[in-house]
Amino acid sequence: MKILSIDTSGLCCTAAIMEDNILRASYTVDFKKTHSETLLPMVDSLFETTGIMKKEIDLIACASGPGSFTGLRIGAATAKGIALALDKPIIPVPTLLSLSYNACLSQMDIVPMMDARRGQVYTGVYRYEEGTSALPKIVLEQCAIPLEELIEVINENGHGVLFLGDAVPVFKEKIEELVKTDRSFAPGFLSRQRAGALAEVSLLLYNDGKAVSADDFRPDYLRLSQAERERLERENQE
Amino acid sequence: MKILAIESSCDETAAAVVVDGRDVRSNIISTQIPIHTLYGGVVPEIASRKHIERVNQVIRKALSDAGETVDSIDAVAVTYGPGLVGALLVGLNAAKAIAWAADKPLIGVNHIEGHIAANFIENKDLNPPFLCLVVSGGHTHLVRVLDYGKYEILGRTVDDAAGEAFDKIARVIGLGYPGGPKIEEDARAGDPTAYHFPLAHVRGSEYDFSFSGLKSAVLNFLNSEAMKCDAAKRRDTLLSDSAHSKSGVGDIPLIDGKLFGTIQRSDLSASFQKAIVDALTTRAFLAAENEGEKRIALAGGVAANSALQSSMREEAKKRGIEFFCPSKILCTDNAAMIGCAGYYELMKGRRSPLSLNAFSDLPIGASNGE
Repeated sequence: MKILSIDTSGLCCTAAIMEDNILRASYTVDFKKTHSETLLPMVDSLFETTGIMKKEIDLIACASGPGSFTGLRIGAATAKGIALALDKPIIPVPTLLSLSYNACLSQMDIVPMMDARRGQVYTGVYRYEEGTSALPKIVLEQCAIPLEELIEVINENGHGVLFLGDAVPVFKEKIEELVKTDRSFAPGFLSRQRAGALAEVSLLLYNDGKAVSADDFRPDYLRLSQAERERLERENQE
Repeated sequence: MKILAIESSCDETAAAVVVDGRDVRSNIISTQIPIHTLYGGVVPEIASRKHIERVNQVIRKALSDAGETVDSIDAVAVTYGPGLVGALLVGLNAAKAIAWAADKPLIGVNHIEGHIAANFIENKDLNPPFLCLVVSGGHTHLVRVLDYGKYEILGRTVDDAAGEAFDKIARVIGLGYPGGPKIEEDARAGDPTAYHFPLAHVRGSEYDFSFSGLKSAVLNFLNSEAMKCDAAKRRDTLLSDSAHSKSGVGDIPLIDGKLFGTIQRSDLSASFQKAIVDALTTRAFLAAENEGEKRIALAGGVAANSALQSSMREEAKKRGIEFFCPSKILCTDNAAMIGCAGYYELMKGRRSPLSLNAFSDLPIGASNGE
């Protein structure tokens, strides 16, 4: 089973090829160039380096959101195009589930966080069973909520937590101040999207029957567009 | 050469299969107009979301209608600008991915050059050089097509595009979005000589256009009428800049087809449309005359306007100039025109890299991202 995985949901542009649970090649860039310029040349070099043929790919895994709206669509359009041309299914992988997998060996609750602006974070709470890397128990499904609300959930559960994600530096002080349970912060190299983790999670999801057709795959933004939100607010007022 | 072409620069998701530049085997367009009508204009984020939901189905339909597959085509052409970046990125990345996965050459196409190329599809004998007036929601250009892919821009709008002016006025007089077709329809019953709106001239550049003055003239006229009637007390809110820049359909009270109960709206639509058509026609034929062009073509979404078409056709006939205009389906945004323009670029040996990016602004005659 060969999986091509891509994630352009955040600041990193990351892609990997995994063959039967072996990460054959992965490529992650966290730099200024737009994902649209970087992603496909990066994917191309994975195949160039490994000598794996494009047609050998069985599945395309793609971060399905949340994240930057435009970033998600760059990844999704690329995944959909490749899947259409190769006639393969897509495994949509929730961005935060994939991020949590970076720390799947921890016995703490894993709390990935991305800055969602407008006073909110994209987050979720994941609990991995000790000694396995199976899909975690989802304590809090991925969502966009204010940091305070997340911290309430954490304090109520009383479990120790491990934070990771690009929003951690932004909110670290507040977390230190408000979180009452044991807490720690993942090191930088585990703190951002990694296509290797995404590929592993996608295989677990695939075995769980979560593949979709290339045509049906679309990002899950967790949010309406601003125009839709304002229109609904107007309609509710009337 | 069989080209799969993809276009997603604004509010249409489109794909086509075009053979040897001028033989259109399929031309699929999935429009989002009903969705954007709710907002009184195109909302970029919603457009982008709809593109990603529809892109594969549209491409698949274009291929199957043409009896082709990803493997049987020879190249992929895609719009990479100008347009809404978020919208462009969907078609662009899907196209790049297909070209890469199927090992086909990729060519990025300028949307405006696509509009110009739309003229080649139905006029098999049309070849450069000729003069082309490109008029759409975002663009107004007077271009001399020197050769395939070689252009000289003679004039352009210094402010609003013609289509933009249509949209703005349509919104103010309660016709809504999309403004061009709505005004054209309303104008059919109207008298184009009922009101006179001045033709703006751009000082020092005889081929350039300006439509913001015309827009102001119409707004000022409506303002002064508003003062004369009962609705006067509402004028400040109705006709202030903020009011007509928002979505508000039906800003001005319309009674028995009359704005403020006094102005026949269809007369206003017809008079406003005539002012735009006159401005476009006059400049185009002034350029044709001065530059000695014997052929003139119309292109872009506003080229679908029948008043503009007949004005151009009449003037051309008068002067013994040959006139070309694509049929309606090829005037509005479509991918067949991208396949046509892409073909001539590919024939020149051009290829775009996998790093090709999308650009909201892209000059006519740029180099396909090479």
